Parts: sequence; C-alpha cells; structure tokens
Amino acid sequence: MQRLLNFFYEYRAFFTFLLLELFCGWLLVKNNQYQSTLFFNTSNRLAANILGFSQSTQEYFALRQVNQDLSQENAQLRTQVERQNQNLGNHQVKYDSLLRYDFASAKVINNSVSQFKNYITINRGTDMGIQPGMAAISLLGAVGKVRAVSEHFAVLISILNIDEQISSVLKRTGNFGTTQWDGTDPRLVNLLYIPRHVQPVVGDTVVTSGYNAVFPQGILIGIVKEVKLKEEALFYDIRVVLAQDFRRLSFVKIVKSEIRPELDSLEKTTIPIEK
Amino acid sequence: MSRSGIFVGLYFIAYLLVQVMLFKQVVLFNTAFCLLYVTFILLLPIETNALILMGIAFLLGFSVDVFYDSLGLHAMSLVVMAYLRNYWLATITPQGGYDAGKGPTLAANGLQWFMVYSLPLVFIHHFVLFFTEAGGFSIFWFTMLKVITSLIFTMTVIVFLQYFSFDRRR
Repeated sequence: MQRLLNFFYEYRAFFTFLLLELFCGWLLVKNNQYQSTLFFNTSNRLAANILGFSQSTQEYFALRQVNQDLSQENAQLRTQVERQNQNLGNHQVKYDSLLRYDFASAKVINNSVSQFKNYITINRGTDMGIQPGMAAISLLGAVGKVRAVSEHFAVLISILNIDEQISSVLKRTGNFGTTQWDGTDPRLVNLLYIPRHVQPVVGDTVVTSGYNAVFPQGILIGIVKEVKLKEEALFYDIRVVLAQDFRRLSFVKIVKSEIRPELDSLEKTTIPIEK
Repeated sequence: MSRSGIFVGLYFIAYLLVQVMLFKQVVLFNTAFCLLYVTFILLLPIETNALILMGIAFLLGFSVDVFYDSLGLHAMSLVVMAYLRNYWLATITPQGGYDAGKGPTLAANGLQWFMVYSLPLVFIHHFVLFFTEAGGFSIFWFTMLKVITSLIFTMTVIVFLQYFSFDRRR
C-alpha cells in the first residue's frame, strides 16, 4: 500500500494531467451533444455582457451596411403587406396557417465564422419565449438553430458548424438532401445525398424542406454554385453559396413553431408502430 | 507571495479579456488566429509547481472556452501545454542554469532561447486545439494550414509584446 501511494505521489504531475485531460474530454463530449442546456457558454450573463460591449464598439463600423439591409427589409415587408391586403379581398386567408409560426427579432452580439464549430449569441432569451430547438432565420436566409437559452440571451448553432445538418430540398427538382458545412470556406456549404438520376444545374435554389418542423418550409439556404459527379459515386458533390453572408450578420429572427410539439408527439406515437 | 499573487491574478484577467474582446475578433485570411492567452502560461515563473501550473492552465482555458462556446477545448490544449512546459524548461536549461528570480522571458534569456522555448510549446497547443476541434484528421491539410498560420500569427504577437514589456529594462 505504501509503495502504491509512493508511486502515485512520484508521478502526481502525470496523474493530475491525466485527470484534467479526462475531465476536459468529458466536457467536450458533453458539449457536443445536441441541444444540451449548459450554463458555461456565452448565454451566461457575464460572458454575454462582456461580448456585447465588445460588439457594440465594433457596430459603428458596420452601421452603413446594417442600415441598408434594414431599409431593404422594410421595403420588402411593405410590398408583402400590400400584396396581402389585395389578396384579402379575393381569398379567404387560412387562419391555421397564420397560427403556425411566430417570430421574435433579436440582435447578434457574438458571432464567428472561422472556427470549425461556430456559434452565434443573440440578445433574447426565455423572457421572449425562446426555447432550445427553435430555428433562426434572417432576411436573406436560414441561419441556424437555438441551442442554449438563458433568461436574456441565447446561443444558436450556426449553419457554419460541422456538426449541423439541415434537411433541405432542391427547389426546381424537388429532391431532398442535407446541407452541411465542411469547415473551410464560410461562404460555401455542401448539399449532400442528391442521387445520380437528378440533374441539378448551377443556379438552382436550395431551400429548407420543412421536415421536422424546426425550419418553416421554403426558407432560402443558398444557390448552387458547383455540381460535380464522380464516377461510381452514388451522390452528387454540390457546393452551395449561402444566401446569408455570415460574416456580416447583425439581426436574426427566431421562428417559434406552434405546431412543433404537436408534430413531435404525433410522430412519437406513430413511428414505433410502423417498426 | 501575496503581492506577486495579486499580479498573477491581474495578468490572468487581462489576458482573458484581451483574448475574448480583441483577439477573438481578429482572424486573418479566415485561418490565422491569435491565441495570445498562452503567453500567460509561458511566462509564469520557472520554479512554478507543475500541479499549480496545470490548475491555472485549466482555469484559464476553461474561462476562454466559456467565451468561445467550446467547453473543454481550450482547457484541454492549454493543460497539455502546461504539462509539457516544465519538462521542456528542464531540457533546454542553458549552461549555468537559469538566473534566480528571472522568468522565462526574452529579456532574461535572449531571442534565440525564447524561440526554442516557446515555438514547440505553442505549436503543440495549436495542434491539439485545432485537431480536437476538427474532430480528427479528416480535413488534415486545411487544419494543418490553420495550425501553421495561427502559430505564425501568435508567435509574432508574443515576440512583439516581449520587446515592449517591462522586463526589458534591466
């Protein structure tokens, strides 16, 4: 026993090292698990406030661009309202389709594009009804999913995260695929699992599929930039230019899906029966 | 001890804040990061106990992780660096040993010694960091590019700061 203790004492540095590394590894694995609610991230008040301060000083340099984006959105919304007003006279609006999604606007206070796993912190949390699993979109396109929420802040998984997969569809042909980032260029993502018999062309639009009800159907993801088909490959290699440039993301909208709990519970009851 | 302890604490907070408020935003060519906080571990006194060193490294890495939303990642790579630091210091001891009361700084030991000391340690830190983040070696060359460009960026800033630090006067 004495010798065993001596042994541990002699190599105490190594064992402490081992212990700390194991703990770090455990944290890493736990942190990678999808949508875990954690305290130690940028939704924590102190961290968010410090980053918010840093962001607010940088904001002045981007004001021109932000103004332009917002006025564009304004114009777009005006035409939409006008169009809907005209339609109201002609058609009965389906009330239930209006109830399906609700939106909350939020400001980005922390964002990165050059890590392999990028996250976005926004200044809205549970006080605005935001919950983990909700989708985040911007005026230009899809942004990501809510991962962790505190009272006043939330952390989103950006599309620019090598673990994030989004069910998407080639709008022209109607084929389903998965959008995933490869970790290199923050402007481009890959569209996976589009089978050989489809003929995608450069310029095709890729939108969200509306499966799993996180993203509403038909939210723009990007435009196909490059289509390759290797011999004997089952699927195309498709590069997609993201509609939203993540390097200058300033506002996002959180999509609150009212039907999601219903859909989830319905699927839970039916899927085991099928098996 | 308490006086130097307070200084160490202040440096800790300073490095952390500079890292997450300034250098987190500075990424050159989308690949080169400046992870300046490693300097804090590099410059701790030579006779620092290995256990304390790793404890501090874990705390600093963990704090950085909170701001990078990457729990465990920076802590892991910084602990590796801290563990190897004292062995490396012992290996490259100059003839006649280190001057008592002087830190492992450029001012005390010269540029050549400082490069030999810091370059491999910072390389190991960056290597562990980026390859753990990438989740393996599947995108090897791009990750390696990140490691090398970040190494150049970080080392440039470290050496630059060494020339302008207080330890220079003697």
